[in-house]
Amino acid sequence: MHLGVSESMRECEYSQISTRSSTPMETPYKKKTSKKRKWEIFPGRNKFYCGGRIMMAKQTGVFYLTLVLILVTCGLFFTFDCPFLALQLTPVIPVIGGVLFLFVLGTLLRTSFSDPGVLPRATPDEAADLERQIDVANGSTGYRPPPRTKEVVINGQTVKLKYCFTCKIFRPPRASHCSLCDNCVDRFDHHCPWVGNCVGKRNYRFFYMFILSLSFLTIFIFAFVITHIILRSHRNGFLNALKDSPASVLEVVVCFFSVWSIVGLSGFHTYLISSNQTTNEDIKGSWSSKRGKDNYNPYSHGNIFTNCCAALCGPLPPSLIDRRGFVQSDTPQLAPPTNGITMYGATQSQQSHMFSMESKPIVSDTETERLPPHPSSSSRAASQ
Amino acid sequence: MATEFHNLQELRHNASLVTKVFIQRDYSEGTVCRFQAKFPSELDNRIERTLLGETVRTLNSYYAEAEKIGGQSYLEGCLACATAYIIFLCMETRYEKVLRKISGYIQEQNEKIYAPRGLLITDPIERGMRVLEISVFEDRGSGGSSPSSTMSSGSSAR
Repeated sequence: MHLGVSESMRECEYSQISTRSSTPMETPYKKKTSKKRKWEIFPGRNKFYCGGRIMMAKQTGVFYLTLVLILVTCGLFFTFDCPFLALQLTPVIPVIGGVLFLFVLGTLLRTSFSDPGVLPRATPDEAADLERQIDVANGSTGYRPPPRTKEVVINGQTVKLKYCFTCKIFRPPRASHCSLCDNCVDRFDHHCPWVGNCVGKRNYRFFYMFILSLSFLTIFIFAFVITHIILRSHRNGFLNALKDSPASVLEVVVCFFSVWSIVGLSGFHTYLISSNQTTNEDIKGSWSSKRGKDNYNPYSHGNIFTNCCAALCGPLPPSLIDRRGFVQSDTPQLAPPTNGITMYGATQSQQSHMFSMESKPIVSDTETERLPPHPSSSSRAASQ
Repeated sequence: MATEFHNLQELRHNASLVTKVFIQRDYSEGTVCRFQAKFPSELDNRIERTLLGETVRTLNSYYAEAEKIGGQSYLEGCLACATAYIIFLCMETRYEKVLRKISGYIQEQNEKIYAPRGLLITDPIERGMRVLEISVFEDRGSGGSSPSSTMSSGSSAR
Protein backbone atom coordinates (compact mmCIF):
# COMPACT_ATOMS: atom_id res chain seq x y z
CA MET A 1 0.00 0.00 0.00
CA HIS A 2 1.11 3.59 0.29
CA LEU A 3 3.45 2.75 3.17
CA GLY A 4 5.22 0.33 0.91
CA VAL A 5 5.64 2.99 -1.74
CA SER A 6 7.13 5.53 0.65
CA GLU A 7 9.30 2.77 2.05
CA SER A 8 10.80 2.07 -1.32
CA MET A 9 11.17 5.75 -1.99
CA ARG A 10 12.92 6.26 1.32
CA GLU A 11 15.18 3.38 0.54
CA CYS A 12 16.20 5.19 -2.58
CA GLU A 13 17.41 8.15 -0.56
CA TYR A 14 20.95 8.01 0.52
CA SER A 15 22.86 9.64 3.31
CA GLN A 16 25.11 12.35 2.11
CA ILE A 17 28.79 11.65 1.79
CA SER A 18 30.96 14.66 2.17
CA THR A 19 33.35 14.45 -0.69
CA ARG A 20 34.40 18.04 -0.91
CA SER A 21 37.79 18.62 0.62
CA SER A 22 39.69 21.82 1.11
CA THR A 23 42.25 21.19 -1.59
CA PRO A 24 40.83 20.20 -4.95
CA MET A 25 43.41 17.65 -5.87
CA GLU A 26 43.76 15.75 -2.63
CA THR A 27 40.96 13.63 -1.33
CA PRO A 28 40.54 11.67 1.92
CA TYR A 29 41.28 8.50 -0.05
CA LYS A 30 44.76 9.58 -0.82
CA LYS A 31 45.61 10.17 2.81
CA LYS A 32 44.11 6.91 4.00
CA THR A 33 45.48 4.45 1.50
CA SER A 34 48.28 6.52 -0.19
CA LYS A 35 47.00 5.73 -3.66
CA LYS A 36 49.22 5.81 -6.64
CA ARG A 37 48.64 8.10 -9.54
CA LYS A 38 48.36 6.57 -12.97
CA TRP A 39 51.64 8.00 -14.20
CA GLU A 40 53.50 5.98 -11.59
CA ILE A 41 52.32 2.72 -13.12
CA PHE A 42 52.41 3.85 -16.73
CA PRO A 43 53.56 0.89 -18.85
CA GLY A 44 55.46 2.85 -21.50
CA ARG A 45 59.09 3.95 -21.38
CA ASN A 46 58.43 7.57 -20.50
CA LYS A 47 59.75 9.83 -17.81
CA PHE A 48 57.38 11.93 -15.75
CA TYR A 49 58.09 15.08 -13.78
CA CYS A 50 56.13 17.46 -11.58
CA GLY A 51 53.76 14.79 -10.38
CA GLY A 52 52.88 13.57 -13.86
CA ARG A 53 52.27 16.97 -15.40
CA ILE A 54 55.38 16.75 -17.58
CA MET A 55 55.94 13.78 -19.85
CA MET A 56 59.07 13.09 -21.85
CA ALA A 57 60.85 10.24 -23.55
CA LYS A 58 63.45 8.17 -21.77
CA GLN A 59 66.51 9.65 -23.51
CA THR A 60 66.56 13.39 -22.93
CA GLY A 61 70.24 14.18 -23.41
CA VAL A 62 69.80 15.70 -26.85
CA PHE A 63 66.92 17.83 -25.61
CA TYR A 64 69.22 19.46 -23.05
CA LEU A 65 71.71 20.07 -25.85
CA THR A 66 69.00 21.84 -27.86
CA LEU A 67 68.07 23.93 -24.86
CA VAL A 68 71.68 24.87 -24.13
CA LEU A 69 72.37 25.81 -27.74
CA ILE A 70 69.33 28.06 -27.92
CA LEU A 71 69.90 29.68 -24.52
CA VAL A 72 73.62 30.25 -25.01
CA THR A 73 73.30 31.65 -28.52
CA CYS A 74 70.46 33.96 -27.60
CA GLY A 75 72.16 34.94 -24.38
CA LEU A 76 75.29 35.94 -26.23
CA PHE A 77 73.22 37.82 -28.80
CA PHE A 78 71.36 39.85 -26.20
CA THR A 79 74.47 40.55 -24.16
CA PHE A 80 77.01 41.42 -26.83
CA ASP A 81 75.24 42.32 -30.03
CA CYS A 82 72.02 43.93 -28.97
CA PRO A 83 73.46 46.93 -27.09
CA PHE A 84 75.44 47.95 -30.16
CA LEU A 85 72.54 47.35 -32.54
CA ALA A 86 70.04 49.09 -30.31
CA LEU A 87 72.19 52.19 -30.22
CA GLN A 88 73.34 52.21 -33.82
CA LEU A 89 70.19 51.06 -35.55
CA THR A 90 67.00 50.76 -33.53
CA PRO A 91 65.89 49.33 -30.17
CA VAL A 92 63.20 47.39 -31.97
CA ILE A 93 65.79 44.74 -32.82
CA PRO A 94 66.24 43.39 -29.27
CA VAL A 95 62.48 43.59 -28.75
CA ILE A 96 61.72 41.44 -31.79
CA GLY A 97 64.56 39.13 -30.84
CA GLY A 98 63.14 38.82 -27.35
CA VAL A 99 59.66 38.01 -28.58
CA LEU A 100 60.98 35.39 -30.99
CA PHE A 101 63.16 33.88 -28.29
CA LEU A 102 60.26 33.57 -25.86
CA PHE A 103 58.04 32.06 -28.52
CA VAL A 104 60.71 29.50 -29.46
CA LEU A 105 61.24 28.55 -25.84
CA GLY A 106 57.52 28.32 -25.16
CA THR A 107 56.80 26.09 -28.11
CA LEU A 108 59.84 23.92 -27.44
CA LEU A 109 58.80 23.28 -23.87
CA ARG A 110 55.23 22.69 -24.92
CA THR A 111 56.34 20.12 -27.52
CA SER A 112 58.71 18.37 -25.16
CA PHE A 113 56.54 18.25 -22.09
CA SER A 114 53.11 17.38 -23.45
CA ASP A 115 51.56 14.04 -24.19
CA PRO A 116 51.94 13.49 -27.95
CA GLY A 117 48.70 11.52 -28.17
CA VAL A 118 49.59 8.25 -26.51
CA LEU A 119 46.91 5.60 -26.79
CA PRO A 120 46.43 3.77 -23.52
CA ARG A 121 46.85 0.02 -23.64
CA ALA A 122 43.80 -2.17 -23.72
CA THR A 123 42.27 -3.32 -20.45
CA PRO A 124 42.42 -7.09 -19.93
CA ASP A 125 38.71 -7.42 -20.72
CA GLU A 126 39.07 -5.60 -24.03
CA ALA A 127 42.13 -7.64 -24.98
CA ALA A 128 40.29 -10.87 -24.19
CA ASP A 129 37.30 -9.77 -26.21
CA LEU A 130 39.49 -8.91 -29.22
CA GLU A 131 41.34 -12.22 -28.96
CA ARG A 132 38.02 -14.01 -28.93
CA GLN A 133 36.89 -12.18 -32.04
CA ILE A 134 40.13 -12.89 -33.84
CA ASP A 135 40.00 -16.57 -32.90
CA VAL A 136 36.48 -16.80 -34.23
CA ALA A 137 37.58 -15.15 -37.46
CA ASN A 138 40.65 -17.33 -37.92
CA GLY A 139 39.21 -20.55 -36.56
CA SER A 140 41.45 -21.38 -33.60
CA THR A 141 43.92 -23.86 -34.97
CA GLY A 142 46.30 -23.86 -32.06
CA TYR A 143 49.29 -22.20 -33.68
CA ARG A 144 49.95 -18.49 -33.57
CA PRO A 145 48.04 -16.86 -36.39
CA PRO A 146 49.77 -14.53 -38.87
CA PRO A 147 50.00 -10.78 -38.08
CA ARG A 148 46.52 -9.54 -37.53
CA THR A 149 45.15 -6.80 -39.74
CA LYS A 150 41.76 -5.33 -40.27
CA GLU A 151 40.82 -3.55 -43.46
CA VAL A 152 38.68 -0.48 -43.48
CA VAL A 153 37.63 1.80 -46.31
CA ILE A 154 38.18 5.47 -45.59
CA ASN A 155 36.92 7.94 -48.17
CA GLY A 156 37.22 5.33 -50.86
CA GLN A 157 40.75 4.24 -49.98
CA THR A 158 41.43 0.87 -48.38
CA VAL A 159 43.49 1.24 -45.22
CA LYS A 160 44.95 -1.66 -43.24
CA LEU A 161 44.69 -1.40 -39.46
CA LYS A 162 47.41 -3.38 -37.77
CA TYR A 163 47.12 -5.14 -34.45
CA CYS A 164 49.66 -3.99 -31.89
CA PHE A 165 50.93 -6.93 -29.84
CA THR A 166 52.32 -4.71 -27.12
CA CYS A 167 49.27 -2.53 -26.57
CA LYS A 168 46.78 -5.27 -27.55
CA ILE A 169 44.70 -2.95 -29.71
CA PHE A 170 44.00 -2.51 -33.36
CA ARG A 171 45.79 0.71 -34.10
CA PRO A 172 43.52 3.49 -35.36
CA PRO A 173 44.43 4.83 -38.81
CA ARG A 174 47.56 6.97 -38.76
CA ALA A 175 48.61 5.68 -35.35
CA SER A 176 51.95 3.95 -34.98
CA HIS A 177 53.90 2.28 -32.22
CA CYS A 178 57.04 4.12 -31.14
CA SER A 179 59.68 1.57 -30.25
CA LEU A 180 61.71 4.11 -28.27
CA CYS A 181 58.84 5.09 -25.99
CA ASP A 182 57.03 1.74 -26.27
CA ASN A 183 53.68 3.44 -26.81
CA CYS A 184 51.16 3.61 -29.60
CA VAL A 185 50.83 7.26 -30.58
CA ASP A 186 47.87 8.69 -32.46
CA ARG A 187 48.76 10.38 -35.77
CA PHE A 188 52.38 9.43 -35.17
CA ASP A 189 54.76 11.74 -37.01
CA HIS A 190 58.20 10.78 -35.73
CA HIS A 191 60.22 10.49 -32.55
CA CYS A 192 62.33 13.62 -32.26
CA PRO A 193 65.41 13.31 -30.03
CA TRP A 194 65.98 17.08 -30.26
CA VAL A 195 62.79 17.74 -28.35
CA GLY A 196 63.07 14.57 -26.30
CA ASN A 197 59.58 13.32 -27.14
CA CYS A 198 57.44 11.76 -29.85
CA VAL A 199 55.65 14.13 -32.19
CA GLY A 200 52.03 13.08 -32.60
CA LYS A 201 48.52 14.42 -32.83
CA ARG A 202 48.58 16.51 -29.68
CA ASN A 203 51.89 18.25 -30.04
CA TYR A 204 52.43 18.45 -33.81
CA ARG A 205 51.31 22.07 -34.04
CA PHE A 206 53.66 23.04 -31.20
CA PHE A 207 56.49 21.22 -32.94
CA TYR A 208 55.78 22.99 -36.22
CA MET A 209 55.55 26.38 -34.53
CA PHE A 210 58.82 25.59 -32.77
CA ILE A 211 60.79 24.81 -35.91
CA LEU A 212 59.19 27.68 -37.80
CA SER A 213 59.94 30.25 -35.12
CA LEU A 214 63.40 28.77 -34.63
CA SER A 215 64.08 29.24 -38.35
CA PHE A 216 63.08 32.89 -38.06
CA LEU A 217 65.14 33.30 -34.90
CA THR A 218 68.20 31.67 -36.45
CA ILE A 219 68.00 33.79 -39.60
CA PHE A 220 67.31 36.89 -37.47
CA ILE A 221 70.34 36.35 -35.24
CA PHE A 222 72.53 35.40 -38.19
CA ALA A 223 71.55 38.51 -40.14
CA PHE A 224 71.98 40.94 -37.27
CA VAL A 225 75.23 39.50 -36.02
CA ILE A 226 76.64 39.88 -39.53
CA THR A 227 75.28 43.43 -39.59
CA HIS A 228 76.92 44.10 -36.25
CA ILE A 229 80.30 42.86 -37.45
CA ILE A 230 80.04 44.81 -40.69
CA LEU A 231 79.14 48.04 -38.87
CA ARG A 232 82.03 47.58 -36.48
CA SER A 233 84.39 46.81 -39.36
CA HIS A 234 83.52 50.12 -41.00
CA ARG A 235 84.78 51.83 -37.87
CA ASN A 236 87.71 49.75 -36.71
CA GLY A 237 88.52 47.27 -39.40
CA PHE A 238 87.44 43.67 -39.76
CA LEU A 239 89.95 41.97 -37.47
CA ASN A 240 89.45 44.50 -34.71
CA ALA A 241 85.73 44.04 -34.99
CA LEU A 242 86.16 40.32 -34.46
CA LYS A 243 88.43 40.94 -31.49
CA ASP A 244 85.98 43.39 -29.93
CA SER A 245 83.10 41.00 -30.19
CA PRO A 246 84.31 37.38 -30.10
CA ALA A 247 80.89 36.07 -29.10
CA SER A 248 79.58 37.06 -32.48
CA VAL A 249 81.89 34.57 -34.14
CA LEU A 250 80.46 31.73 -32.08
CA GLU A 251 76.93 32.87 -32.85
CA VAL A 252 77.60 33.03 -36.58
CA VAL A 253 79.05 29.54 -36.57
CA VAL A 254 76.13 28.04 -34.62
CA CYS A 255 73.55 29.82 -36.73
CA PHE A 256 75.23 28.97 -40.01
CA PHE A 257 75.24 25.26 -39.30
CA SER A 258 71.74 25.24 -37.81
CA VAL A 259 70.01 27.28 -40.44
CA TRP A 260 70.31 24.69 -43.19
CA SER A 261 68.80 21.84 -41.20
CA ILE A 262 66.14 23.89 -39.43
CA VAL A 263 64.95 25.83 -42.44
CA GLY A 264 65.00 22.62 -44.44
CA LEU A 265 62.95 20.86 -41.79
CA SER A 266 60.45 23.73 -41.68
CA GLY A 267 60.03 23.55 -45.41
CA PHE A 268 59.53 19.79 -45.28
CA HIS A 269 56.91 20.01 -42.54
CA THR A 270 55.15 22.84 -44.36
CA TYR A 271 54.82 20.48 -47.30
CA LEU A 272 53.56 17.70 -45.00
CA ILE A 273 50.97 19.96 -43.39
CA SER A 274 49.69 21.28 -46.69
CA SER A 275 49.17 17.75 -47.96
CA ASN A 276 47.99 16.44 -44.56
CA GLN A 277 50.54 13.65 -44.29
CA THR A 278 52.71 12.51 -41.45
CA THR A 279 56.48 12.00 -41.71
CA ASN A 280 55.80 8.31 -41.19
CA GLU A 281 53.43 8.13 -44.17
CA ASP A 282 55.72 10.20 -46.36
CA ILE A 283 58.73 8.02 -45.66
CA LYS A 284 56.78 4.86 -46.33
CA GLY A 285 55.19 6.40 -49.42
CA SER A 286 51.76 5.33 -48.25
CA TRP A 287 49.89 7.83 -50.41
CA SER A 288 52.41 8.19 -53.17
CA SER A 289 51.10 7.88 -56.70
CA LYS A 290 53.99 5.52 -57.42
CA ARG A 291 52.12 2.81 -55.54
CA GLY A 292 49.23 2.86 -57.90
CA LYS A 293 47.19 5.14 -60.06
CA ASP A 294 44.29 5.21 -57.65
CA ASN A 295 46.41 5.82 -54.57
CA TYR A 296 45.57 9.09 -52.89
CA ASN A 297 45.55 10.50 -49.39
CA PRO A 298 42.09 9.93 -47.89
CA TYR A 299 42.70 12.32 -45.01
CA SER A 300 43.45 15.38 -47.10
CA HIS A 301 40.71 18.00 -47.08
CA GLY A 302 41.31 18.81 -50.71
CA ASN A 303 43.01 22.19 -50.61
CA ILE A 304 46.20 23.44 -48.98
CA PHE A 305 44.52 26.17 -46.94
CA THR A 306 42.05 23.83 -45.23
CA ASN A 307 44.79 21.29 -44.55
CA CYS A 308 46.97 23.93 -42.90
CA CYS A 309 44.11 25.33 -40.86
CA ALA A 310 43.05 21.87 -39.74
CA ALA A 311 46.54 20.92 -38.63
CA LEU A 312 47.40 24.17 -36.88
CA CYS A 313 44.10 25.63 -35.74
CA GLY A 314 41.99 22.53 -35.41
CA PRO A 315 40.63 21.39 -32.04
CA LEU A 316 43.23 20.08 -29.60
CA PRO A 317 42.16 16.69 -28.28
CA PRO A 318 42.74 16.07 -24.57
CA SER A 319 45.19 13.53 -23.22
CA LEU A 320 43.82 10.00 -23.16
CA ILE A 321 46.14 8.63 -20.52
CA ASP A 322 44.97 10.64 -17.49
CA ARG A 323 48.38 10.86 -15.89
CA ARG A 324 47.23 12.54 -12.70
CA GLY A 325 44.23 10.34 -12.06
CA PHE A 326 44.34 7.84 -9.23
CA VAL A 327 44.75 4.16 -9.81
CA GLN A 328 41.60 2.19 -8.97
CA SER A 329 42.11 -0.41 -6.25
CA ASP A 330 42.93 -3.91 -7.45
CA THR A 331 39.88 -5.54 -8.90
CA PRO A 332 39.47 -8.94 -10.47
CA GLN A 333 38.78 -9.04 -14.15
CA LEU A 334 35.25 -8.28 -15.24
CA ALA A 335 34.76 -6.17 -12.14
CA PRO A 336 32.13 -3.44 -12.39
CA PRO A 337 33.61 -0.50 -14.23
CA THR A 338 33.88 2.96 -12.81
CA ASN A 339 31.89 5.56 -14.56
CA GLY A 340 33.05 9.02 -13.82
CA ILE A 341 34.94 12.10 -14.66
CA THR A 342 38.22 11.76 -12.80
CA MET A 343 40.13 13.56 -15.54
CA TYR A 344 38.03 16.62 -15.31
CA GLY A 345 38.24 16.55 -11.57
CA ALA A 346 41.71 17.93 -12.00
CA THR A 347 40.57 21.00 -13.82
CA GLN A 348 37.17 21.75 -12.41
CA SER A 349 36.82 22.42 -8.74
CA GLN A 350 33.16 21.46 -8.58
CA GLN A 351 33.91 18.08 -10.05
CA SER A 352 36.98 17.38 -7.96
CA HIS A 353 35.88 14.01 -6.74
CA MET A 354 38.17 11.02 -7.10
CA PHE A 355 36.60 7.71 -6.45
CA SER A 356 37.53 4.09 -6.14
CA MET A 357 35.61 0.89 -6.69
CA GLU A 358 33.98 1.10 -3.28
CA SER A 359 32.84 4.72 -3.43
CA LYS A 360 29.96 6.26 -5.28
CA PRO A 361 30.39 8.51 -8.28
CA ILE A 362 29.08 12.02 -8.15
CA VAL A 363 26.27 12.53 -10.57
CA SER A 364 26.42 16.29 -10.94
CA ASP A 365 27.12 19.43 -9.03
CA THR A 366 23.57 19.78 -7.81
CA GLU A 367 22.91 16.19 -6.87
CA THR A 368 24.85 14.26 -4.27
CA GLU A 369 24.71 10.51 -3.99
CA ARG A 370 23.89 9.02 -0.66
CA LEU A 371 24.55 5.63 0.89
CA PRO A 372 21.47 3.45 0.91
CA PRO A 373 20.31 2.39 4.36
CA HIS A 374 18.69 -0.69 2.85
CA PRO A 375 20.87 -1.71 -0.05
CA SER A 376 19.47 -5.14 -0.68
CA SER A 377 16.40 -5.47 -2.86
CA SER A 378 15.57 -8.81 -1.31
CA SER A 379 15.19 -7.29 2.15
CA ARG A 380 12.79 -4.74 0.73
CA ALA A 381 10.71 -7.46 -0.78
CA ALA A 382 10.73 -9.30 2.55
CA SER A 383 9.68 -6.25 4.58
CA GLN A 384 6.67 -5.65 2.34
CA MET B 1 15.03 -11.69 -17.86
CA ALA B 2 16.93 -8.91 -16.13
CA THR B 3 15.78 -7.92 -12.68
CA GLU B 4 14.54 -4.38 -12.31
CA PHE B 5 17.04 -2.07 -10.63
CA HIS B 6 15.94 1.28 -9.38
CA ASN B 7 19.22 3.05 -9.71
CA LEU B 8 22.97 2.84 -10.14
CA GLN B 9 23.56 2.27 -6.42
CA GLU B 10 21.58 -0.91 -6.31
CA LEU B 11 23.28 -2.06 -9.47
CA ARG B 12 26.69 -1.77 -7.93
CA HIS B 13 25.79 -3.28 -4.60
CA ASN B 14 23.56 -6.14 -5.61
CA ALA B 15 24.60 -7.19 -9.04
CA SER B 16 27.48 -9.26 -10.19
CA LEU B 17 29.11 -8.63 -13.51
CA VAL B 18 28.31 -11.20 -16.14
CA THR B 19 30.14 -9.90 -19.17
CA LYS B 20 31.27 -6.78 -20.97
CA VAL B 21 30.22 -5.91 -24.46
CA PHE B 22 32.44 -3.64 -26.52
CA ILE B 23 31.29 -1.41 -29.34
CA GLN B 24 34.32 -0.65 -31.48
CA ARG B 25 35.24 2.48 -33.34
CA ASP B 26 33.97 3.11 -36.83
CA TYR B 27 36.83 4.40 -38.97
CA SER B 28 34.97 4.58 -42.27
CA GLU B 29 34.90 8.37 -42.12
CA GLY B 30 38.53 8.81 -41.19
CA THR B 31 40.07 9.46 -37.83
CA VAL B 32 37.04 11.28 -36.41
CA CYS B 33 35.70 9.63 -33.27
CA ARG B 34 32.67 7.55 -34.19
CA PHE B 35 31.31 4.31 -32.79
CA GLN B 36 29.82 1.54 -34.85
CA ALA B 37 26.07 1.56 -35.11
CA LYS B 38 25.96 -2.25 -35.29
CA PHE B 39 23.87 -3.67 -32.46
CA PRO B 40 25.79 -6.29 -30.45
CA SER B 41 23.92 -9.60 -30.41
CA GLU B 42 24.68 -10.22 -26.71
CA LEU B 43 22.33 -7.39 -25.77
CA ASP B 44 19.41 -8.69 -27.80
CA ASN B 45 17.22 -9.54 -24.84
CA ARG B 46 18.50 -6.81 -22.52
CA ILE B 47 17.70 -3.59 -24.30
CA GLU B 48 15.72 -2.37 -27.27
CA ARG B 49 17.77 -1.72 -30.40
CA THR B 50 16.37 1.75 -30.85
CA LEU B 51 17.47 2.91 -27.40
CA LEU B 52 21.06 1.81 -27.78
CA GLY B 53 21.12 3.09 -31.35
CA GLU B 54 19.90 6.46 -30.17
CA THR B 55 22.58 6.63 -27.46
CA VAL B 56 25.35 5.76 -29.91
CA ARG B 57 24.02 8.24 -32.47
CA THR B 58 23.90 11.04 -29.91
CA LEU B 59 27.41 10.25 -28.70
CA ASN B 60 28.68 10.28 -32.28
CA SER B 61 27.11 13.67 -32.84
CA TYR B 62 28.72 15.04 -29.69
CA TYR B 63 32.14 13.80 -30.79
CA ALA B 64 31.61 15.27 -34.24
CA GLU B 65 30.78 18.58 -32.61
CA ALA B 66 33.95 18.43 -30.51
CA GLU B 67 36.17 17.71 -33.50
CA LYS B 68 34.44 20.06 -35.90
CA ILE B 69 36.82 22.29 -37.80
CA GLY B 70 35.09 25.60 -38.17
CA GLY B 71 34.97 29.19 -37.05
CA GLN B 72 35.17 28.66 -33.34
CA SER B 73 38.00 26.17 -33.45
CA TYR B 74 40.02 28.43 -35.75
CA LEU B 75 39.48 31.34 -33.39
CA GLU B 76 40.58 29.25 -30.45
CA GLY B 77 43.62 27.97 -32.35
CA CYS B 78 44.75 31.38 -33.53
CA LEU B 79 44.25 32.95 -30.12
CA ALA B 80 46.22 30.15 -28.53
CA CYS B 81 49.04 30.51 -31.05
CA ALA B 82 49.15 34.28 -30.52
CA THR B 83 49.57 33.81 -26.78
CA ALA B 84 52.24 31.13 -27.29
CA TYR B 85 49.72 28.53 -26.07
CA ILE B 86 49.85 29.90 -22.54
CA ILE B 87 46.14 30.46 -22.72
CA PHE B 88 45.56 26.70 -22.58
CA LEU B 89 46.71 26.80 -18.98
CA CYS B 90 43.78 29.01 -17.96
CA MET B 91 41.10 28.27 -20.51
CA GLU B 92 39.22 25.05 -21.13
CA THR B 93 39.22 24.02 -24.77
CA ARG B 94 35.98 23.40 -26.62
CA TYR B 95 36.84 19.72 -26.85
CA GLU B 96 37.07 19.46 -23.07
CA LYS B 97 33.75 21.27 -22.69
CA VAL B 98 32.06 18.81 -25.03
CA LEU B 99 33.66 15.88 -23.22
CA ARG B 100 32.13 17.09 -19.99
CA LYS B 101 28.78 17.29 -21.70
CA ILE B 102 29.26 13.72 -22.89
CA SER B 103 30.06 12.55 -19.35
CA GLY B 104 26.87 14.15 -18.11
CA TYR B 105 24.87 12.60 -20.92
CA ILE B 106 26.24 9.11 -20.27
CA GLN B 107 25.52 9.46 -16.55
CA GLU B 108 21.97 10.49 -17.35
CA GLN B 109 21.48 7.65 -19.82
CA ASN B 110 22.84 5.16 -17.29
CA GLU B 111 20.40 6.34 -14.65
CA LYS B 112 17.36 6.50 -16.83
CA ILE B 113 17.73 3.71 -19.32
CA TYR B 114 20.62 1.35 -18.70
CA ALA B 115 20.73 0.80 -14.94
CA PRO B 116 17.06 -0.23 -14.82
CA ARG B 117 17.94 -2.90 -17.35
CA GLY B 118 21.02 -4.10 -15.51
CA LEU B 119 23.50 -2.46 -17.89
CA LEU B 120 26.14 0.20 -17.44
CA ILE B 121 27.90 2.28 -20.06
CA THR B 122 31.48 3.38 -19.45
CA ASP B 123 32.51 6.76 -20.79
CA PRO B 124 34.80 6.07 -23.81
CA ILE B 125 37.35 8.58 -22.52
CA GLU B 126 38.10 6.14 -19.71
CA ARG B 127 38.98 3.52 -22.29
CA GLY B 128 41.15 5.84 -24.40
CA MET B 129 38.31 6.46 -26.88
CA ARG B 130 38.87 3.00 -28.29
CA VAL B 131 35.60 1.33 -27.36
CA LEU B 132 32.21 1.96 -25.89
CA GLU B 133 32.11 -0.53 -23.04
CA ILE B 134 28.77 -1.82 -21.84
CA SER B 135 28.84 -3.91 -18.67
CA VAL B 136 26.10 -6.48 -18.29
CA PHE B 137 25.01 -7.26 -14.75
CA GLU B 138 22.98 -10.02 -13.26
CA ASP B 139 21.22 -9.78 -9.92
CA ARG B 140 23.44 -11.33 -7.24
CA GLY B 141 21.13 -11.79 -4.25
CA SER B 142 17.90 -12.82 -5.90
CA GLY B 143 17.42 -15.94 -3.74
CA GLY B 144 19.25 -15.66 -0.40
CA SER B 145 19.77 -12.82 2.03
CA SER B 146 22.84 -10.68 1.81
CA PRO B 147 24.85 -9.57 4.88
CA SER B 148 23.52 -6.03 4.73
CA SER B 149 19.90 -7.13 4.92
CA THR B 150 20.09 -8.07 8.63
CA MET B 151 20.51 -4.49 9.77
CA SER B 152 18.02 -3.12 7.27
CA SER B 153 15.05 -5.31 8.17
CA GLY B 154 15.21 -4.15 11.80
CA SER B 155 14.82 -0.51 10.95
CA SER B 156 12.20 -0.79 8.27
CA ALA B 157 8.83 0.54 9.34
CA ARG B 158 5.69 -1.56 9.13
